[in-house]
Amino acid sequence: MTTEMSLQTADAMIRITDLHKHYGMLEAIRGLSLEVRQGDVFFVIGPSGCGKSTLLRCINLLEEPTSGTVQVGDDIMRFGKGHRMPSGRVLSRYRTHIGMVFQQFDLFPHMTAIENVMEGPTVVKRMPRHEARSLASELLAKVGLSDKEKVYPRHLSGGQAQRVAIARALAMQPRVMLFDEVTSALDPELVGEVLEVMRKLAEEGTTMVVVTHEMGFASEVGDRLCFMDSGLIIEEGKVADILARPENPRTQAFLARFHDTAEALRA
Amino acid sequence: MSYVPDFTVVYMSTACEICGPLAWLNAAGVTLAYAVGTIVGGLIIGVICGVILLFPLYYGLPMLVYGYVQFFRCTPLLVQIVWFFYALPMVGNAVGLGINMPAWMAAGLGLTLYMGAFSSEIFRAGIMSIDRGQWQAARALGMTYLQLMRRIILPQASRRMVPPFVNQSVLQLKNTSLLYVVAVPDLMYTSSVMTAFTYRPLEVYTFVALLYFLMLYPMTVFSKRLESRVDN
Ligand SMILES: Nc1ncnc2c1ncn2[C@@H]1O[C@H](COP(=O)(O)OP(=O)(O)O)[C@@H](O)[C@H]1O
Ligand SMILES: [Mg+2]
Repeated sequence: MTTEMSLQTADAMIRITDLHKHYGMLEAIRGLSLEVRQGDVFFVIGPSGCGKSTLLRCINLLEEPTSGTVQVGDDIMRFGKGHRMPSGRVLSRYRTHIGMVFQQFDLFPHMTAIENVMEGPTVVKRMPRHEARSLASELLAKVGLSDKEKVYPRHLSGGQAQRVAIARALAMQPRVMLFDEVTSALDPELVGEVLEVMRKLAEEGTTMVVVTHEMGFASEVGDRLCFMDSGLIIEEGKVADILARPENPRTQAFLARFHDTAEALRA
Repeated sequence: MSYVPDFTVVYMSTACEICGPLAWLNAAGVTLAYAVGTIVGGLIIGVICGVILLFPLYYGLPMLVYGYVQFFRCTPLLVQIVWFFYALPMVGNAVGLGINMPAWMAAGLGLTLYMGAFSSEIFRAGIMSIDRGQWQAARALGMTYLQLMRRIILPQASRRMVPPFVNQSVLQLKNTSLLYVVAVPDLMYTSSVMTAFTYRPLEVYTFVALLYFLMLYPMTVFSKRLESRVDN
């Protein structure tokens, strides 16, 4: 407990303490703690099935943590004995402060690009439509899709769809953005345009938690990076430090596999 | 010694006591009223049961609904109609409730519950067919349960529900013909009475088949249109 206290920094935007998430017998997250400072870009790497998605989904409470504390800004949510999942209204308000982008985009197929972006502000925040429209227009311009406002998702490429999804999340003007392998479902030549948008957000000082396998991108824009394995953070620190000099053998093994495949691809 | 068809029996009021265009019109009215009534009633039951099955609040209730749906899907409609017509009033009396349900309502109840059972399946399957990603994307935006249902899930699911629902409605209109066993004066029953009077089954039943066809064909065309619109 004392070590945890000493870890706490004053300007933490996200603070997770002793998080557990069980699916029946399976422990997907096993007592994980982490802090992300305001304005930081925090990368999460690790092998498939180690709990990265579960961690992100516990941050915006798409999953109910089995126990532990999740804090985003000044919203503190406690779980475990004696604590219940907050009511729909409280949850809804909590989630408006957290934007999330998914691997499969998950755009609303019955709405055009601009309607997708307007949906959150108009329905959840009850923003007047004309206001929401100009906000959405601005955001689509920011992700380079001004010419796609009236286009339905099925006519967008994967890279375009993912950029609309980012604009949709930004439209709620969240305190933090969560990215869950947002380029993994894209054709290689479309990855760049999405990373470009994320780079821009990072430069603007957006607090971001990014799950990815793009190590190059992490080392370019990341502030901190953690390596997860079987539901725990094994190693955490400055991106450059961990990528260059991993201390834990499991981190070393994981990164070595990456370098091997990267070299194999280059060869 | 060949049979000479005489189609005058289907439109001449003088052909028999109950013959003539007016009789057909009345009968068609009865058929349509039962179809519309039981379809609307069944749809309402279906939505309620579908919601109970999808979002179980109390454990006993979904079990009950599940039992109802399976029971009505797995017994012949004819048996259901006859049971509701003859047996339900007896059960009512035996229990001492003294349900004095008019015969026309008892007959329609079976049909309505039958439609309800299938509608609940259509409704449930429609909602279930929406990708999990849609739910989580809407939740992640901070939508409450009602908002995400109204704005995201139902608009998509209802489009997918329309074709199977139209198909079930076509079946339902045809199935009203089974009501003739309990003497509901619908198209089928009227035809059988006319046949009894005129001994002209070929003419009468040919005509009634044509009537059913004319009522249903536009519906199936409409359904096909919707299906192609949903596809793209
Ligand atoms: N809804 C769920 N039900 C049961 N098990 C789950 C569920 N979601 C994830 N898991 C399990 O939890 C573990 C972590 O999953 P996940 O967070 O998706 O890993 P990652 O994103 O790192 O690949 C895996 O073993 C996975 O099978
Ligand atoms: Mg994952």
